Amino acid sequence: MAIFRSHVLVCRGTGCSSSNSEKIQKKFEDKINEVGLEKEVKVIRTGCFGLCEVGPIVVVYPEGAFYSHMTVEKVDEIVEEHLLKGRIVKKYLYEGSIDEDALKSINEVNFYKKQKRVVLRNCGIINPEDINEYIAKDGYMALGKVLTEMKPEDVIQIMKDSGLRGRGGGGFPTGVKWSFAAPNKADQKYVICNADEGDPGAFMDRSVLEGDPNAVLEAMAIAGYAIGATKGFIYVRAEYPIAVHRLEIAIEQAKEKGLLGKNIFNSGFDFDIEIRLGAGAFVCGEETALMASIEGKRGMSRNKPPFPANKGLWGKPTIINNVETLANVPQIILNGADWFRSFGTEKSPGTKVFALGGKINNTGLVEIPMGTTLREVIYDIGGGCPNDKAFKAVQTGGPSGGCITSEHLDTPIDFDNLIALGSMMGSGGMIVMDEDNCMVDIARFFLDFTVDESCGKCTPCREGTKRMLEILNRITKGNGKLEDLDTLEKLAVNIKNTALCGLGQTAPNPVISTLKYYRDEYEAHVVDKKCPAGVCKGLLSYEITDACKGCTRCARQCPVNAIEGKVKEIHVIDQEKCIKCGACIEACPFNAIIKK
Amino acid sequence: MKSLDELKKIREEAIKNIDLRDTNKSTRIVVGMATCGISAGARPVLSALVEEISKRNLKDVQVVQTGCIGMCRYEPIVEVYKQGEEKVTYIYMNPEKARRVVVEHIVNGNIVNEYTIGSEEN
Repeated sequence: MAIFRSHVLVCRGTGCSSSNSEKIQKKFEDKINEVGLEKEVKVIRTGCFGLCEVGPIVVVYPEGAFYSHMTVEKVDEIVEEHLLKGRIVKKYLYEGSIDEDALKSINEVNFYKKQKRVVLRNCGIINPEDINEYIAKDGYMALGKVLTEMKPEDVIQIMKDSGLRGRGGGGFPTGVKWSFAAPNKADQKYVICNADEGDPGAFMDRSVLEGDPNAVLEAMAIAGYAIGATKGFIYVRAEYPIAVHRLEIAIEQAKEKGLLGKNIFNSGFDFDIEIRLGAGAFVCGEETALMASIEGKRGMSRNKPPFPANKGLWGKPTIINNVETLANVPQIILNGADWFRSFGTEKSPGTKVFALGGKINNTGLVEIPMGTTLREVIYDIGGGCPNDKAFKAVQTGGPSGGCITSEHLDTPIDFDNLIALGSMMGSGGMIVMDEDNCMVDIARFFLDFTVDESCGKCTPCREGTKRMLEILNRITKGNGKLEDLDTLEKLAVNIKNTALCGLGQTAPNPVISTLKYYRDEYEAHVVDKKCPAGVCKGLLSYEITDACKGCTRCARQCPVNAIEGKVKEIHVIDQEKCIKCGACIEACPFNAIIKK
Repeated sequence: MKSLDELKKIREEAIKNIDLRDTNKSTRIVVGMATCGISAGARPVLSALVEEISKRNLKDVQVVQTGCIGMCRYEPIVEVYKQGEEKVTYIYMNPEKARRVVVEHIVNGNIVNEYTIGSEEN
């Protein structure tokens, strides 16, 4: 085996890959060959480092030098200076990783300091396309331990003791779910990994699959042993090509090594995994719709009971666990239930991964112990809102969740606290909003999404959400009435109580929570016909003030020729023609155009 | 895969491959790799150190390169930082000397005085 003195880790998660990290990796390899370092320095692709905001990211070991905003052009200098001559190119380092000229350890960087990486422990550390690197990180040791030293009921007991709850949003205790399926007698049982991540702004599961796919495979095999299943399916969206590709590689390598297949660890236990691609329907994240889709039917949910643990895929006992839930399992087996309970809260032990997005400085992926406050996540880790804008709200749980206001920022995050605030954990999307976001528009955006994604099977969801969306559209266009707000509330309660599956039951949540905390904004839209945040186009008007110098720049930028005026005279906007695109504001060098 | 021992064996081999990415180690060996160091022969010294440490499976040792240390006439220079101990600077290094430093200083804890900068200046 060749020994290398230095490793160059290039992030090849979806985020960094979309900003050219594939070419950056290639350039590193070429340049390293060119200067003759190919026997000393190895280039390795990894999964997501989490700090997507400053990507593409490249980390050089042994120093742990964290290069951010990488480009192909920077590669030559880094190879020549750092790899050849040992001089770290400080100007390209992530500024948060430098402390008075010295290099901080990555764990000391503010973004990572408060995180506890259990699920993401290997993301950005190992090459996800090399099973040996996973094995070096104790990979498949948990499966080995389970198969050679433990009985299925011991495995279920340890999962129950750990208190692990489903990370896909439901929060149901994983060990209990397994214990329902275990005693059922059947010729075939199934383990399904739900990788149909669909919330807008959520990318936790994708990152786990891209960064550490073997952890999920290992956990599925453990689950299979615990409930007596020999067959597993991973249901993953076709929109995640990198994740699918790495899963395929991982399954193939695990089979080669005999970590999947027949008679694993000489225990007599067989387990096989197949991938099923979803076409991106949001409802297929709901377990009964997901199973219908795997069976080749149209993805629609059905009534429960019967629960999947009794009658699941093709009528056989089945357990369905989310990607992040599964990624916790090998760690719990290896380190014990008490270890897992040492982070998080009494009722929500462990950690949770969140995808931080929206108006936040450090967009990216964070894993924190449950019980961390929203304030710590948004300010200490996320770095607050950009451009000194005031924080307004954070949306959790995607289209099924709600908005949490600044007065609740000190709430410790766990399943129950978020529900008490009228939102939910969901799968872990966290979208931050500042003063420029209109809450009515946000509610409209999420409802628009659920209306699109409703499978249409039950009336409350199909018709009810549609009617709510029509009302919201009316309000944002300035045609709303005060009664509309009451109608919205009534509809919301009815849909929640009567819809068939989780999609419909939670669809009104964004409307309910914004109506509760931001009723004044709704009233401003309805009564004053104004959008306080200046977002809803139907309620906006652009006007040119006396500060105008008549430079004509705005008139030339306007795409619909709505601005008239002579050179050196104050210009005027024709409100009839104006489409409120805002191009004039950006063009004006004198800040003479205002939005009302 | 037939047994846990088989898996452990693969793991032992695989760890050697990625151990480099652990920055939290108590011993750091720094090799001067500026133009002066490279022209004096620092590159084979660096390779010898890396090889010897890997061969002996020394998990708590990190080998890094640095730029010009400022005493170009003494190159190749190797500095050893052990936690809680004073820095030791070795000069005029070559691959054989580097291997001896790993064995005597890193493994057995005895500084190889004859190679240090102190011996030259006295």
